[in-house]
Amino acid sequence: MNKITHFIKSYTLWELLKGMNLTGRYLFKRKVTVQYPEETTPMSPRFRGLHALRRYANGEERCIACKLCEAVCPALAITIDSEEREDGTRRTTRYDIDLFKCIYCGFCEEACPVDSIVETHIFDYHFENRGEQIMTKEKLLEIGDRYEAEIAAARQADAGYR
Amino acid sequence: MIDWLINTSIEAWGWLPPGWQVFIEIVAKIILIVLPMMLAVAYTTYAERKIISYIQVRIGPNRVGPRGWLQPIADAVKLLFKEIVIPTRSSKFLFLAAPILSIGPALAAWAVIPFDRGMVLSNVDAGLIYILALTSIGVYGVIIAGWASNSKYAMMGALRSAAQIVAYEIAMGFALVGVLMASGSLNIGMIVEGQAGGLSQWFIWPLLPLFLVYFISGVAETNRAPFDVAEGESEIVAGFHVEYSGMAFAVFFLAEYANIILISALTATMFLGGWLSPFEGLGFAQGTWLAATSMLWFFAKTAFFIFVFLWFRATFPRYRYDQIMRLGWKVFIPVTIVWIFVEAVMVVAQVGPWAVEAAAKTASIASGAGV
Repeated sequence: MNKITHFIKSYTLWELLKGMNLTGRYLFKRKVTVQYPEETTPMSPRFRGLHALRRYANGEERCIACKLCEAVCPALAITIDSEEREDGTRRTTRYDIDLFKCIYCGFCEEACPVDSIVETHIFDYHFENRGEQIMTKEKLLEIGDRYEAEIAAARQADAGYR
Repeated sequence: MIDWLINTSIEAWGWLPPGWQVFIEIVAKIILIVLPMMLAVAYTTYAERKIISYIQVRIGPNRVGPRGWLQPIADAVKLLFKEIVIPTRSSKFLFLAAPILSIGPALAAWAVIPFDRGMVLSNVDAGLIYILALTSIGVYGVIIAGWASNSKYAMMGALRSAAQIVAYEIAMGFALVGVLMASGSLNIGMIVEGQAGGLSQWFIWPLLPLFLVYFISGVAETNRAPFDVAEGESEIVAGFHVEYSGMAFAVFFLAEYANIILISALTATMFLGGWLSPFEGLGFAQGTWLAATSMLWFFAKTAFFIFVFLWFRATFPRYRYDQIMRLGWKVFIPVTIVWIFVEAVMVVAQVGPWAVEAAAKTASIASGAGV
């Protein structure tokens, strides 16, 4: 009996028609494509993109050259040199992140005691020349200055869960 | 209108010797068929990408031109400017001849396909045999491409393809024997006329198993999914055309899609009454354009089968190689033979389309052909 039903099923192409019915119905389903440059998917405040160095509201840079980020970085992407400034505070003279080494794990951000180094939501960037992948202190501070409002908002949104 | 065009042009060129006039007329007709064909082929690739992406809940190409309509043209321009790499120690002449051997038959077969009553390039009486011969020649392109490439993947693809096409050619031929028995003629125009008299007279009904075998064999013949082991990109990279690039590859690509359109047109002609209207003989459509025979019906039916080709590709996973062979030799050929036998019994018992008046109709067609 089982053999007979199998015979009938295979010669009437039953299973194949069932499959075609399914794909045929999907033809008219709503499409899920996100048309990227015009549309984007929602992004979490915890998104880890390009790095930035932040400043306090009075314009003083936050980084105190404690080198915790350099120590925690699993990819050894961060290089820091420091010096005592005239006013007696400890500041970095060099703060480089090699973006080719960086794995965007966010440990530097978590290790930072003064919320200086952060990862922003910027994920679409490129380099045109060799060496541009080294993010120097100037470049990082500039990104921090430009996106301070968004960075602060993202920290604020996530503050309750830290 | 085309007749009028040709007539006036012949009047204008009346000073030419008659041989030249015929030659020019035929060349004009060929161009009239081949140019829209190439355009149709280009847009079949677009339709394929769009339909498959819609089935996969994507939207497909939509960047080049409005809604992506210029995508096939962009693809063609890209392939045009790419270098044709000829592998070292390959057979250079055969390597370049293979794409032409592949596309030639696919285009040449259109010579006997009628678009409308009398609208055919060459109204030969052995049209069906011509079609069978040309569709089998197509495999030489694949085999020669595989051999001339001097690559083991190409060779394997070619061998798979050769075995597969030989297997399905037989089932296809037998399915056409069924059509031949029903129509009583090898002339494709006559085959369509034999289906006149409305939806119920189409050969798809008495020949339903043969219709299915023919269409599925057609899918296998054109090396399309789910029978695309000759290409099998996950197993043998791209099969017989791995070593091809640029325009040489584009010609293979065109041949594949030209073959799809050809098989669709043939299925529409043999089983769904070609240019005949599905509303023929129905009360409400009487006298309107719906019941009239026209090219429109032929194109609509062809387009439907092209859509089914793409639908297959979006639905079915690739057959395993031994399953393809089993389906071809152990299922399709017995099915066609059994159905040809059933048909013979129906002819003798005069049932279905072979009832007395149908017999009279074929007799009149046969005698008409004789005169």
